[in-house]
Amino acid sequence: MPFIPHTENDTRAMLAACGVNSIEDLFDEIPPELRADALNGIPAGRDELAVSRLLHARAAQNAQPLCFAGAGAYEHHIPAAVWEITTRGEYYSAYTPYQAEASQGTLQLLYEFQTMVAELTAMEVANASLYDGATALAEAVLMAVRANRKSKARRIFMPRTVHPRYRDVVAAIVRHQGITLELLDYDSAGGHIAPASLPTEPADITALIIPQPNFFGALEDTDALTDWAHAHGALVIGVVNPTAMAVIAPPGEWGTAGADIVCGEGQPLGIPLASGGPYFGFMCCKQKIVRQMPGRIIGATVDLEGKRGYVLTLQAREQHIRRSKATSNICTNQGLMTIAATIYMTLMGPAGLERVARQCHANTRALVQRLSEIDGVEILFDRPAFHETVLCLPRPTAEVLAGLSERGIFGGFDLSADYPELDNTLLVCATETKSAEDLDAYTDALREVLG
Amino acid sequence: MSNEPLIFEHSRPGRVNRAQSAHLGGELNGIPESLRRKHPPRLPEVSELDAVRHYTRLSQKNFSIDTHFYPLGSCTMKYNPRACNTLASLPGFLGQHPLSAARDSQGILACLWDLQEMLKEVTGMCAVSLTPMAGAQGEFAGVAMIRAYHDARGDAARTEILVPDAAHGTNPATATMCGYTVREIPTDDQGDVDVAALKAVVGPHTAGIMLTNPSTLGVFERRIHEIAGIVHEAGGLLYYDGANLNAILGKVKPGDMGFDVIHINLHKTFSTPHGGGGPGSGPVGVSERLHPFMPIPVVGRDDNNAFRWLDEHDLPQSIGRLSAHMGNTGILLRAYIYALMLGREGMVRIADYATLNANYLMACLRDAGFDMALPERRATHEFILTLKRQAKEPGVTAMDFAKRLLDYGFHAPTTYFPLIIPECLLIEPTETESKETLDAFVEAMVTIQAEAEKDVETLKGAPYSLPVRRLDDVKAARELDLRWQAEA
Repeated sequence: MPFIPHTENDTRAMLAACGVNSIEDLFDEIPPELRADALNGIPAGRDELAVSRLLHARAAQNAQPLCFAGAGAYEHHIPAAVWEITTRGEYYSAYTPYQAEASQGTLQLLYEFQTMVAELTAMEVANASLYDGATALAEAVLMAVRANRKSKARRIFMPRTVHPRYRDVVAAIVRHQGITLELLDYDSAGGHIAPASLPTEPADITALIIPQPNFFGALEDTDALTDWAHAHGALVIGVVNPTAMAVIAPPGEWGTAGADIVCGEGQPLGIPLASGGPYFGFMCCKQKIVRQMPGRIIGATVDLEGKRGYVLTLQAREQHIRRSKATSNICTNQGLMTIAATIYMTLMGPAGLERVARQCHANTRALVQRLSEIDGVEILFDRPAFHETVLCLPRPTAEVLAGLSERGIFGGFDLSADYPELDNTLLVCATETKSAEDLDAYTDALREVLG
Repeated sequence: MSNEPLIFEHSRPGRVNRAQSAHLGGELNGIPESLRRKHPPRLPEVSELDAVRHYTRLSQKNFSIDTHFYPLGSCTMKYNPRACNTLASLPGFLGQHPLSAARDSQGILACLWDLQEMLKEVTGMCAVSLTPMAGAQGEFAGVAMIRAYHDARGDAARTEILVPDAAHGTNPATATMCGYTVREIPTDDQGDVDVAALKAVVGPHTAGIMLTNPSTLGVFERRIHEIAGIVHEAGGLLYYDGANLNAILGKVKPGDMGFDVIHINLHKTFSTPHGGGGPGSGPVGVSERLHPFMPIPVVGRDDNNAFRWLDEHDLPQSIGRLSAHMGNTGILLRAYIYALMLGREGMVRIADYATLNANYLMACLRDAGFDMALPERRATHEFILTLKRQAKEPGVTAMDFAKRLLDYGFHAPTTYFPLIIPECLLIEPTETESKETLDAFVEAMVTIQAEAEKDVETLKGAPYSLPVRRLDDVKAARELDLRWQAEA
């Protein structure tokens, strides 16, 4: 019996202790008319060898082209030690650290994680993570509505330069809270939110979302946008790429006062692409609104003897205490992913993370340079960009991507479904994992496809 | 165990782990100074060995299933088979970009399709969406679908969700997130929902009821058919919280009990890792009438047996997306691998032996003199022991027992939940534990009881043998210290 240790003698002795004749007798409180038939739709059990054979075959059915897509998920080198340590049973098979004394490993690590995320974003405090970048933004919107007590409008300015799937998720999650999500259009030359395009008259705005870099890879004018929002009584929610934070001004330093709430997708920090998950969302804020932050938060304290230790804290915000009045229904973080990210950030250090960011930037620029030398291929936006850029193609993007796919290249993300005005465009990205030969391979393939 | 400093305290300026990034770098051409970072983040500067040693040492301060019996009620802390991790980590799965074309993703799509089909079979529902990333998100999806269903019918009067007073805290929190008010239904003295009280409050304002069965009290809700009839009669829908599915796998299907929507905690019943508090996975199953509202994406199959993602074009009434991609795909894959190894017979045996272990442990503890909250009832996969008597005399609480158990090498059961049972321990042994382990747990409980009768203070000071003694939660919340600060 897979994973069940009982011998026949054990079972007999245990049934006797229970005072019943068979295991079936233990189910006698279930009304007989509800009892299910056999699970005929489920295959018979297989041993590990047979399952391994099937899974190897399935993994081989996933084509693994050379990947030049980013669009929210980025292929980075992951040091071998990251997952060697993360999958130690003491991390992998532990639960939420409710019994703090028996969970000091996870708790201290999460305290270190909170510190690293706060450092990366230059924010005061961070939580122990949320599900992913998209849900973190939805939670940030709900948090902004709670935290901005002066605003009555529950009105959020959400640029179209925010990841389209994040916008979908925010809409799905906040739908029943009477919140208005107002889309802001982008500047057609820069692919960014032009500060001059924002309203100048006073209005009740709860928060402005600022992506950095934005979905097109373009860098927003974060100082001007932040100051505009604060001048209008709005909170600033930053959505940032953690790799970019090694070289781009962090949200805690935007404008005069800095962003109020910051979130983002943590995947670039040591998490494999894995068809989209599990990843993790991170969230930071100013200390003065920390009691409005959702999710697990770890705090330092002392034990009976005055020795330092760590616990889950501010639990009075959470569902298991506050029930219908909780800040969110969330009751997990993405524990294992934050363990990997913490080890990743430690192994890279400030210097390593900066080198990765610089290499990604240089690779993408080199790629875009080469591709734009092909007839009919042009760079769409003129704003400064970080590690991702939109190209215009002379042919429909779907056709071009199919041609590249035949040549073993995943050429990027087709923007036309989400931005109908951007037909024949492609969002490309080359991280530090790409060599000069890889860039050549893409360039040659595109030339062939378009030729 | 010695104190392990913070990683920041191991840090030395200028120490670089050159194995990872020595040959990387480049100019920041095109990025103006005004947009650049001025000061590097104060991440640790350590060697690779420093990092490996530090995080290995920290791991040794944890209790885990791999090292300790972990009878945490309602959490189903069963063995997480290593094969699930190894096979889900094949490069062909880990390297796949989430926006890859369906033609390049047939391997993973086939696995997810199979998992959808299996979950339909064990739950008796008509369709399954795998996208919710945790039980709480599955709950959100479920209640949002109930709301979408009433809204689509123009039935705006239904503003209330009914929740038993013993329910998980996520249930009322979820109802609020979906814009509903919450009304609690009392539990009777045998642990069943008080049907008379339910009848008194159900009506045209009832959007639905959220139930866990077996309930959070560790007993099977015997009048479930009658409850389903009452709520459906009033036009409300039934939500099934799948937290306790382990107890009834292959024995009863939630669809047959009359539920319209359910979520399944794959990190419980299907043994995906708890990972120190996530990632979880909370797929939802629906009845025919909620099918159009399922969260996207869902895996579909074309006539020529090719798999593809179904999105808003296929399900235009969907409640939408709950993650940027396909939820916690790698966790879904682990659950699939586990399900393949179990097969149909293995799934039924889970319910058999989870139930046998719980009833055996309950019988042994009762024979040893402990009080059960619901002594007349069978245990399901878990049961509740109450220390109300011990709290009065000699004055030791559930918390004291929990902390002392840690000294004896057992993770504590869930304490003080459900809220309606005083001084309770909710104990769930799971099917993967042996009789010897259960016997050792009983012995520890008996020893602690004897210690309590002899000297209460011994228990009040526990634990003694862990990396830290009992920690001061009040100080942590009052004097917030949420991060390390570099000395100025």
